[in-house]
Amino acid sequence: MNGVHDMGGIEDMGPVQYEKNEPVFHAPWEGQVYALNAAMGAWGKWNLDAWRHDIELLPPADYLRMSYYEKWLAAMEKRVVTYGFVTKQELESGKPDPSSAKAAPILTAEKARNRSRGIPSSKDPSVPPRFSAGERVRARNINPIGHTRLPRYARGKTGEIARDHGVYVFPDTNSRYLGQNRQHVYSVRFAARELWGESASPRDSVYLDMWDDYLERA
Amino acid sequence: MLMETTRRTFLAATAAAAEANLHAQTEAHAHEHQAVPSDPALRAKALESLLVEKGLVDPAALDELIDSFEHKIGPRNGARVVARAWTDPAYRQRLLADAPSAIEEAGFHNQYGDHMVVIENSPKVHNLVVCTLCSCYPWTMLGLPPVWYKSAAYRSRAVIDPRGVLREFGLELPEDTDLRVWDSTAELRYLVLPERPKGSESLSEDELAALVTRDAMVGVAKVSMPTAGGKA
Repeated sequence: MNGVHDMGGIEDMGPVQYEKNEPVFHAPWEGQVYALNAAMGAWGKWNLDAWRHDIELLPPADYLRMSYYEKWLAAMEKRVVTYGFVTKQELESGKPDPSSAKAAPILTAEKARNRSRGIPSSKDPSVPPRFSAGERVRARNINPIGHTRLPRYARGKTGEIARDHGVYVFPDTNSRYLGQNRQHVYSVRFAARELWGESASPRDSVYLDMWDDYLERA
Repeated sequence: MLMETTRRTFLAATAAAAEANLHAQTEAHAHEHQAVPSDPALRAKALESLLVEKGLVDPAALDELIDSFEHKIGPRNGARVVARAWTDPAYRQRLLADAPSAIEEAGFHNQYGDHMVVIENSPKVHNLVVCTLCSCYPWTMLGLPPVWYKSAAYRSRAVIDPRGVLREFGLELPEDTDLRVWDSTAELRYLVLPERPKGSESLSEDELAALVTRDAMVGVAKVSMPTAGGKA
């Protein structure tokens, strides 16, 4: 989706605001949102790609205005209803429907202490790579309406495979529960001048991690 | 004296009234134009109590999760790995070749499933990490990302004007330095291995670790020796 979240190369967002001795959470509610998100994620009802897409689907003006944890909160309020954990009425009233059964939390304090969130292993010899290090490739010019991890600024640009990272789930299909479609991900080096033109420094380059389906031979 | 006090009281009362008025206007404005209620603190509290009452989350688990990022996981983890790489050349090689194994070896359980890649700075190469699409960041090594890393300003400009961004952080790169920007578009998570500062030869691994900053491991700063008389 060509949304505002795809920010690489946008200008006029102002200077980077640096905060000295920044706290981990600026207010207790930020920690609360972080923890609720992790605890609800432990139910395993959504995957990380769908989770990211929920945030991208916030109205663009809200996305730009909200802080990081406000985005998480807004997406979570929607998600707990969408996935059937609470009803819209319960969310609005803040009270459980008296007829609903009480669940037992999946994430206990003990499990939270010894937490392990696995991203599936990247080593799988049964999935062959389409490219190898040193090959010239072009990022495809695709404009999917759903989730994608191919930023606009790289589409149609030519680079070089720097490294094969192994096999990963493909976000474009996984985010919509259309299959994991596992394939190789590569670190692809693009010269800054290829991406931004002659005004960029000839010494600069940008490395993007790209799935097989984002690439074609150049 | 009396007059002074009265005047001060009057000024304070006026300022408070003006502030209250402004606050009321802002509130009214917010309620008119926002579809989402404006106070995240109240919403987070309401959501938590609903989810707890429904038995979906355990409050003790929430406390545990918050505590781990406030007190256990943070840039000190990454700093330990960097200091070890500086003092042990064989470890440095392992870290650059296979970061996940080398990080486990240093005693850090990879509980966030980060597929780590460590990239090395040198006198001729500088690395900078960003996530233009969201805010991917090596949690296990650095903790949760700072606000600036998640900001539109950083995410938009780190790829098109990295030298300008570094200048805002007070880092002027020589023209003949190769600048490599790593946009974290997949599940790989990048950590910069900064250059060991000159003059640090006599420092122990612990002393070196104390010099390594979060910013240096993201690539927006270099590691420097504490200045004489300054704070280490």
